Amino acid sequence: MSEVIKLRKGLDIRLKGSAETVLETLPVPATVALKPADFPGLTPKMSVKPGFEVKAGDALFYDKYHPEVVFTAPFGGKVASVNRGERRRILEVVIETDNGAGSAEYKKANPNSLSAGEVKEQLLRSGLWPFIKRRPYGIVASPQEKPKAVFISTFDTAPIAPDYNFIMEGQLGTFQTGIDALAKLADGKVFMGVSDKSVFTNIKNTEIKQFSGPHPAGNVGIQIHHISPINRGEVVWTVNPQDVLFIGRLFETGRVDFTKIFALTGSEVEKPKYVQTTLGAPVSTLTDGRLKKGNYKQRIISGNVLTGTRVKTQDYLGFYDSQVTVIPEGDEYELFGWATPGIDKFSASKTFFSKLFPKKEYEMNANLHGGERAFVLSDQYEKVLPMDILPVFLIKSCLADDIDKMEQLGIYEVIEEDFALCEYVCTSKIKVQDILRNGINTMIKELG
Amino acid sequence: MKFLKNFFEKTEPYVQKGAKYHWLNSVHDGFFTFLFVPKHTAKSGTHIHDYIDLKRTMSIVVLALVPSLLFGMYNVGLQHFIAIGEAAATGFFDMFLYGLLKVLPVVIVSYGVGLGIEFAFAQMRGHEINEGFLVSGMLIPLIMPIETPLWMVAVATAFAVIFGKEVFGGTGMNIWNPALVARAFLFFAYPAQMSGNSVWIALGKNDMPIDGFTGATPMADAAAGNINFSVADAFFGFIPGSIGETSTLAILIGAVILIITGIGNWKIMVSTVAGGVVMGIILNIFAGSQGLSPEAAVFFGIPFWQHLILGGFAFGAVFMATDPVSATQTEKGKWIYGFLIGILAILIRVVNPAYPEGMMLAILLMNTFAPLIDHYVVQGHIKRRIKRAKVTA
Repeated sequence: MSEVIKLRKGLDIRLKGSAETVLETLPVPATVALKPADFPGLTPKMSVKPGFEVKAGDALFYDKYHPEVVFTAPFGGKVASVNRGERRRILEVVIETDNGAGSAEYKKANPNSLSAGEVKEQLLRSGLWPFIKRRPYGIVASPQEKPKAVFISTFDTAPIAPDYNFIMEGQLGTFQTGIDALAKLADGKVFMGVSDKSVFTNIKNTEIKQFSGPHPAGNVGIQIHHISPINRGEVVWTVNPQDVLFIGRLFETGRVDFTKIFALTGSEVEKPKYVQTTLGAPVSTLTDGRLKKGNYKQRIISGNVLTGTRVKTQDYLGFYDSQVTVIPEGDEYELFGWATPGIDKFSASKTFFSKLFPKKEYEMNANLHGGERAFVLSDQYEKVLPMDILPVFLIKSCLADDIDKMEQLGIYEVIEEDFALCEYVCTSKIKVQDILRNGINTMIKELG
Repeated sequence: MKFLKNFFEKTEPYVQKGAKYHWLNSVHDGFFTFLFVPKHTAKSGTHIHDYIDLKRTMSIVVLALVPSLLFGMYNVGLQHFIAIGEAAATGFFDMFLYGLLKVLPVVIVSYGVGLGIEFAFAQMRGHEINEGFLVSGMLIPLIMPIETPLWMVAVATAFAVIFGKEVFGGTGMNIWNPALVARAFLFFAYPAQMSGNSVWIALGKNDMPIDGFTGATPMADAAAGNINFSVADAFFGFIPGSIGETSTLAILIGAVILIITGIGNWKIMVSTVAGGVVMGIILNIFAGSQGLSPEAAVFFGIPFWQHLILGGFAFGAVFMATDPVSATQTEKGKWIYGFLIGILAILIRVVNPAYPEGMMLAILLMNTFAPLIDHYVVQGHIKRRIKRAKVTA
């Protein structure tokens, strides 16, 4: 392994409620669902109607502009409903699970013995392709493009994030198979970011780079920036570690198996731990009976507190998420809240006495703690973004819809998760992630 | 405090758009959010947010200004009693009380006028009331000479808030530091009343100054070629000057608060002082050159470090130059910006024959150039990024 890449900028948010390394296997949920909204920019076209019988890995819908990219059933059963929202936008495709339905059959082969074309074909048909995301823009990769490299971050530094060292126990062989398949697609150029105590260091067929530092050191975007930054016209692909497992299983068994481990975390969870269920499981299978009881509102998040999606118990888990976080909603007034000494208030700024307790973990709620304002302070964002990028200027160019400036200032290198900490620390409560996504959408619309 | 919350919650419907008291909406919201942090929760983006907000940020700056304010009150009293020759016979509290009664009206006028205009603009625009004026409203009194008539303070504050800030879109959008705009407005609009030797010391109609009293600040004296201040007095602040600027010690306490909390930018403070020192040394070198008038030679020859404790230099470097809105936004830019403020402040102070102070004009000038500095820093950044692309390609 080469030298360690040390990142100094960033912030570890000391949130209460990290998961104990205990794994509970949940029974198969009664329903599972796939949500087109998990894929930014996708225009879905349905392949099935309610009542159709599907096996795991059968197509449910496909991308209107890339019909070869299909999105498949996470579990076999009967298509129960296609729920639509405003202007008939598809919200979710729900499947009633049936244990006997099984999986569609694919080729069982060592990816090393296959050609790149065969690997790609297998991933596309099985619905595993959408697990490969591309940068720029953080959207599903296009099968026609050739990536510069594939990047995988094997550790997550977000608040109370799941520990992939624990999740991978006993599955490293499968992970290796997945890496071999990805290496085929990228002519062997696969980079893996690891932390200091990592079980991934023995994985072959990949170039391993060790990172140290506070969040967002575990973000794949940050790692790309320090290994081989994306310039204009270049494309790289990224895959989450658990999604590499899905790819590995496909080639090892010739079937799809979307069994996935989630970290159930947050201060509102009675006993935070790891649970094993399937992709697209309902939120309620994880949270029912496992949350603290109180006469206040709770917020359930699919994902982490910085980038996750707010969900209700009747919703389904996000496609790319490996974590569910539950925190108090905090929709209460606080008398002179801005003037308290703040011993129990975690802050990136040095204006609260909590700074004197560098080890303590804090309960945090979803309150904004202030009103939205114009940009006033400078150099806040820079302190939590370990990239050679001027965040405020990039955000302002997004607000101005200035395509030239966005490109020059590095919009190809970043997606929302990389700027999430900027939004967290912002004194003016500016919606940095929304602004950045709008900028990215403008780029996609104008430049394709 | 529950009844207050109930009061604000109950009255909320009456101040909405279209309701009877809709014109009170911003005022209602302003007082409500001052008392209670609102219950708004994150709708999109990150689910948790830092506890810091603009109210806390601004109140920390106000806190950092308190030592200067308190000392300023005492010093107003002290200078008054020195002028009438009763300093030895007057106790500390009498002096402080005299200063308090002199300074408080200035503070009240500044806040009253400024906040009134802020409220009106917020209501006109349908915005929340912005906290920026909490600091400006404190800065304005502190950089006024004590004998500034209150109506002038009011006019200057109104000018600063409207033309220095609101025409640009409010806090966060302004080009110049509003407090300095107020000071500059008075300086150029009422030069006779705002300079000279009669404004720095509070004297009543019936007060008889002692023999030999001039009322001049040490810097005015120095510019006239006679240096007669003690370094200790200048550092601790027992000299005539604007209300809050005389005590370098009190300003340093504020600087420590700003730097520890990270609210004030230490880079700008350090580079401003560095710029001042460099220019001071340059002037020292040229103090002996031919062609200078004897007065100028004396002023050129002041040991460079004494410039840091005289006049408004320290106050400007700590509280004015560091205003995040009107300063440069880039980190590299901050070094350049501060350094040039220091250079220009001392240069104008010493070389300008009309008025022996340069901090205000130096900061306003660099406020104007801050976007230009940022532009070049950003262009440099973009060029480096393009070069990176060529290297890897």
